[in-house]
Amino acid sequence: MRIFDPHIHMTSRTTDDYEAMYAAGVRAVVEPAFWLGQPRTSPASVLDYFDSLLGWEPFRAAQYGIAHHCTLALNPKEAGDPRCTPVLDELPRYLVKDNVVAVGEIGYDSMTPAEDAAFAAQLQLAADHGLPVLVHTPHRDKLAGLRRTLDVVRESALPMDRVLVDHLNETTVKEASDSGCWLGFSVYPDTKMDEERMVAILRAHGPDRVLVNSAADWGRSDPLKTRKVADLMLAEGFTEDDVDRVLWRNPVAFYGLSGRLNLDVPATDGTHDGNSILRGAPRDEPRPAGASATEA
Amino acid sequence: MTRPHATPATPEAETTGRPVAPGDGTTPALTPPAELHARLTERLGGAARAWLDQALDEASARPGTHGPISVWELRLAEAGRRCGPAHADAARVLILHAARADADVLTRVYQQGTADERRAVLHALPHLVTGAAALPLVEDALRTNDTRLVAAALGPYGACHLDAHAWRHAVLKCLFTGVPLDQVAELARRATADAELARMLGDYAEERTAAGRPVPEDLHRVLALTGSATPARVTDDPHGKES
Repeated sequence: MRIFDPHIHMTSRTTDDYEAMYAAGVRAVVEPAFWLGQPRTSPASVLDYFDSLLGWEPFRAAQYGIAHHCTLALNPKEAGDPRCTPVLDELPRYLVKDNVVAVGEIGYDSMTPAEDAAFAAQLQLAADHGLPVLVHTPHRDKLAGLRRTLDVVRESALPMDRVLVDHLNETTVKEASDSGCWLGFSVYPDTKMDEERMVAILRAHGPDRVLVNSAADWGRSDPLKTRKVADLMLAEGFTEDDVDRVLWRNPVAFYGLSGRLNLDVPATDGTHDGNSILRGAPRDEPRPAGASATEA
Repeated sequence: MTRPHATPATPEAETTGRPVAPGDGTTPALTPPAELHARLTERLGGAARAWLDQALDEASARPGTHGPISVWELRLAEAGRRCGPAHADAARVLILHAARADADVLTRVYQQGTADERRAVLHALPHLVTGAAALPLVEDALRTNDTRLVAAALGPYGACHLDAHAWRHAVLKCLFTGVPLDQVAELARRATADAELARMLGDYAEERTAAGRPVPEDLHRVLALTGSATPARVTDDPHGKES
């Protein structure tokens, strides 16, 4: 089984997680830029984070055989903080980078005018850069937030079929689906969706345009939720092709809209072009270990 | 730190595994740009070749900084998806060369770059910078834990400009992190008769042996270059690479 987690914050996860994810079948992830729990106090802090998503984190993921891409944006939580909004001026030079496969996460947290402005500006940036967008829907006042989100997208230069609306649930899936956007579901241990509800939604709506993610981050979350949904789908009578469609082909199709998705993981076994010069065979089996944080 | 096949060891003796070095290894730093261009042209498909030719023409015609982002810098950013990851390093080095980027420009491109772009800047240094003005970029790369950057930092430019202390530590870091020493430019010239490097290598070998871990074969190779006798037992590991 091959799994693509289209929304996971690996920066907050350990190498144990990478190992377990690989063992569970995860071969590709997209890491959206988001907040860190602790508010940032300057644009420089956000830019260092962007650099990490374009540098260290894909290197770390590659050590575990996982292709890592990112989406970059000023996130909804911090879009309302004037200390961070200058990030919007820096985004254009970041959105041209190879590993950026969408603008995101953007959207609403508290539905303030500042969030309106950042959301609209970043939808325009996505259109200008030929990128799709990953839209976060708010946790509070969710249905109203979804409606306002869809209205803002409709007024933007971006067609709805280049928009993935995330964190959907039973109350928002129908309106989102009717709009023509891609449908994202975050499966969490006890908030957002769980596996059973996810499978019920898949049964009702079918797998068309549906993406399932773990959204795992620094909060209580589980990076193996994608696999758990796949297992429950099979147990509940979905075919392997259905599972592959939801957990691989749909995210590949959506992020592939960027033209930048490259699912060949850089070689970690010394056999890649140019990396084979006198590399001895490893002492035992390949030992990915990209996170030697204590060294040097 | 957790590893799939963990062996007891002190954390600082752990390695980061094999380097992830897509592309052409050290070739872009060692090959004259004209030859690099000829080789790349042979290997690229039609669309990528046309894209590269146009990117190089643009960079030659309009180098420097203009507008919110210079056209050649846009081409630098998209080189990976246009030419393919295997050829990205060479394409980026050629674009930097065509744009006649000096140390100041290279510093900005490095600071604003992805890991791939930073690696290309490091490869481009010997072609574009004669003095030591770009040495801080090499030092930055050597502070990272990204083996692709560490390896690229030890190209011909680093070999020329790093002082003895920094260069020795870089060699040791290669042994720690599994960067093959074949990727280190001018290894033999710099290691020859370096008694301090020999001492550091000997101490490291002793530490590995005391921990019951094999000594990397590369350590013995470079130790031999220093002209010192081998102080540690020869590893009984048939492969020897610690990574």
